[in-house]
Amino acid sequence: MAEASSKLIKGATGDWEVVIGMEIHAQVASEAKLFSGSSTKFGGEANAHVSFVDAAMPGMLPVINEECVRQAIRTGLGLKAKINNRSLFDRKNYFYPDLPQGYQISQYKDPIVGEGEVVLYMLDGEEVRIGVERLHLEQDAGKSMHDQHPTMSFVDLNRSGVALMEIVSKPDIRSSEEAKAYMTKMRTIVRYLGTSDGNMEEGSMRADVNVSVRRPGDPLGTRCELKNMNSIRFIGQAIEYEARRQIGILEDGGSIDQETRLYDPKKGETRSMRSKEEAHDYRYFPDPDLLPLEFDDAYVEELRKDLPELPDDKRDRFISDLGLKPYDASVLVASKRLAAFFEKVATGRDAQLAANWVINEWLGRINKESLDIDQSPVSADQLGAIIDLIKAGDISGKIAKDLFEIVWTEGGDPAKIVEEKGMKQVTDTGAIEAIIDEIIAKNPDQVEKVKEKPSLIGWFVGQVMKASQGKANPQAVNQILKDKLGL
Amino acid sequence: MTDLTSLTIAEAREGLAKKEFTATELTTSYIKAIDGADQLNAYVTKTPEKALEMAKASDERLAKGEARPLEGIPLGIKDLYCTKGVGAYACSHILDGFKPEYESTVSQNLWDDGAVMLGKLAMDEFAMGSTTETSYFGPVKNPWRAEGETIDRVPGGSSGGSAAAVAARICAGATASDTGGSIRQPAAFTGTVGIKPTYGRCSRWGMIAFASSLDQAGPIARTVRDAAIMLKSMASVDPKDTTSVDLPVPDYEAALTGNVKGMRIGIPKEYRVDGMPEEVEANWQQGIDWLKAAGAEIVDISLPMTKYALPAYYIVAPAEASSNLARYDGVKYGLRVNGNDIVDMYEKTRAAGFGSEVKRRILIGTYVLSAGYYDAYYLRAQKIRSLIKQDFDKAFQTVDTILTPATPSAAFELNKEITDPVEMYLNDIFTVTVNMAGLPGISVPSGKNGQGLPMGLQLIGKAFDEETLFRTAGVLEEAAGILEAPAKWW
Repeated sequence: MAEASSKLIKGATGDWEVVIGMEIHAQVASEAKLFSGSSTKFGGEANAHVSFVDAAMPGMLPVINEECVRQAIRTGLGLKAKINNRSLFDRKNYFYPDLPQGYQISQYKDPIVGEGEVVLYMLDGEEVRIGVERLHLEQDAGKSMHDQHPTMSFVDLNRSGVALMEIVSKPDIRSSEEAKAYMTKMRTIVRYLGTSDGNMEEGSMRADVNVSVRRPGDPLGTRCELKNMNSIRFIGQAIEYEARRQIGILEDGGSIDQETRLYDPKKGETRSMRSKEEAHDYRYFPDPDLLPLEFDDAYVEELRKDLPELPDDKRDRFISDLGLKPYDASVLVASKRLAAFFEKVATGRDAQLAANWVINEWLGRINKESLDIDQSPVSADQLGAIIDLIKAGDISGKIAKDLFEIVWTEGGDPAKIVEEKGMKQVTDTGAIEAIIDEIIAKNPDQVEKVKEKPSLIGWFVGQVMKASQGKANPQAVNQILKDKLGL
Repeated sequence: MTDLTSLTIAEAREGLAKKEFTATELTTSYIKAIDGADQLNAYVTKTPEKALEMAKASDERLAKGEARPLEGIPLGIKDLYCTKGVGAYACSHILDGFKPEYESTVSQNLWDDGAVMLGKLAMDEFAMGSTTETSYFGPVKNPWRAEGETIDRVPGGSSGGSAAAVAARICAGATASDTGGSIRQPAAFTGTVGIKPTYGRCSRWGMIAFASSLDQAGPIARTVRDAAIMLKSMASVDPKDTTSVDLPVPDYEAALTGNVKGMRIGIPKEYRVDGMPEEVEANWQQGIDWLKAAGAEIVDISLPMTKYALPAYYIVAPAEASSNLARYDGVKYGLRVNGNDIVDMYEKTRAAGFGSEVKRRILIGTYVLSAGYYDAYYLRAQKIRSLIKQDFDKAFQTVDTILTPATPSAAFELNKEITDPVEMYLNDIFTVTVNMAGLPGISVPSGKNGQGLPMGLQLIGKAFDEETLFRTAGVLEEAAGILEAPAKWW
């Protein structure tokens, strides 16, 4: 299999396969925390969003926030996963200053969501299916700050108790490219669903990445866990480094120690954080303060009914109904707002032409200027108007790019701009013929040459466009030239 | 005027309604009595100013004819309950100086019904114990002594402060809590009535947790009627405790009809344990005879899982406790003993803050939840728990309530050297099954033993059928005769 072998890493002693599994933590989009009414707002003064429950005051009890449950179910549905009508909350016990209860409430044996699947459309056109093992709800911890006081550490509990979804993949990922695509896809899905803002910079989405290597066909190797990755780019770099580190050890006759490692983006390497021996015994047991989480099928169906169109469905529709190229469709559905922008532009127009303009000109410019989609100075209506002018033959593709530039920097109605700035191309064949006649008359040598070498017609086209200041309709110019030159 | 502290809650309620005395007078009598009873060490925190303030408000209400069910009734609150602005330590050093900013649902319910707060009552540290000797603030003395003796005896535990205070007439009634017998055993040791209602009947919000799946609030009072009055106010469904149950709270006083004719009373053969003192056996038989005489039908039943209840309880309760007590780490509130680093601080704080019984249970709990032991201990204990429930379900198909001794002995001497903790744990042998099954159980005085010490019988009921317990306990109380107050020696 050509595709499979291309993912292999060449070592000194032969090919290696990298096996990756990911645990993604996504903060649930909700007003209040998982088990208390405190706000989940990012930022704010330290300990401003802390209730008695979040601070683990004596006698306080958790009460499940139903919106978080609904968000987890929606996400499960978006991952085409099995929704478990009965799940349990467990306590994961360990001591840490930013864990006020001395345990994290999580779901251990019986998660709210079971097996599902995510499809990745790779750049080379390959479709890769990654299994989802489970999704469960759990509390986030607070934050320890060690740089505020010479001898003490401070604790900020604003995040303490915020709801997280932990989404565990199967070890189905086979390259850093796939890992990056998986993370990107997961972010796209939760954003479509509105179940997490997927904001990695603010830490509302992060991943633990399990990496091991093996000879193709061999059983799984010993894995190392790369903890707390919060950038897609770093995930790719860390996996590349880690896989090569492991291969190096194995090829030297060594063995891999199962351990937790941290990626240092400055040095571009991973380093050991703790070994398996130092791993905690979390003493999981069902939280006696919380009843089992139960709901019926009707509850799930009600949520399913209101799900938005998911990226894969949208992609399929763009390909089959609008006739887009699969690659373009994949690009456009990567963001819900991008897809919506495209659809607005494409409505009533040539969809592929619209896709080309949205992707190449508009999105290219957005990315170049590091803008958010909502910050675009060119609206969907304006871009649509530009495309309409091309279609109507009023402007050429080249003029359209100039027009786009004007609309981008100065704004305004494209049709009016074309009118006012005299950008409309000349389709009056009489005027074009006059220009052509003059050029033919002035350049008898060229006329002789083009008869020998018809491709020289390009020179004539150039002269005509120059003489018409680019406004002559290129199709008309071509046709008339051919007629007059007898080509 | 008679000593107002001699009145039961029902009597005081009537006297206040008839304006024979004021809530302020009643409260003042109790404050004096409390100050004269320091030897008993029942109160950890006294709140006389707060009490008088609340009594004054009650008097205003009474004057306007707007009395609520417990208007002006002075109560003691177990130190386990969080009370806004008043220290709540669970009698542990680790909660040193802790004053909650919130009021537990149960105590709030009492205040909302007009009750007056006298102070906080001693208990075994974190409710772990059967004598109240594990309290950081020193042991509580039982107001009862054997006839002709001056030896101090334990009031039982963990709600020993509540039981001693009620028996000594230094509160009209008290809140308590029961995880394995902590209401019923001290009630039996002090000649008082204590009911542990069905799990979920009272909210646990604001009660300092010991073992969440077993803890339940309940009252200790002088009479069955007083206990019924108190539970009616304490019980409620609470959106802040999702394990509380949304069922209407009946008028428990109305259940005190005195009529048990035709009621079927189960007598479990497994409760006739080896080495049970003859006087306990005889007292049990006495209870059977009383109920028979009142027209109830006695039915022999079997609860075969009984013998496994105590060992299973001493896995489940410490397991939950080991996790519930993890929050006491010196970081946020209570005691902090500084160390070289965070782990050193944890270790020093917890070493200094917890007493030996609490440490023992944290160690047991940590052990039974550890990887490799969880299945063998915790999981099996939970299975036993299900089987215990099945035992009761089966028994309640044929009987309405179950009669057993409350404790294997009467109150024993204070400072009795107990080297084997298991011997202490045996105090709970008749009571833990009820917690494991989540059922209601009431302890009611049933006369005195040969030394003149109170004895108690336990009635176990169906889930949420506290009414049958009150009715049957009322009949036993009537037959045994309400105990006089212990002779005052303090």
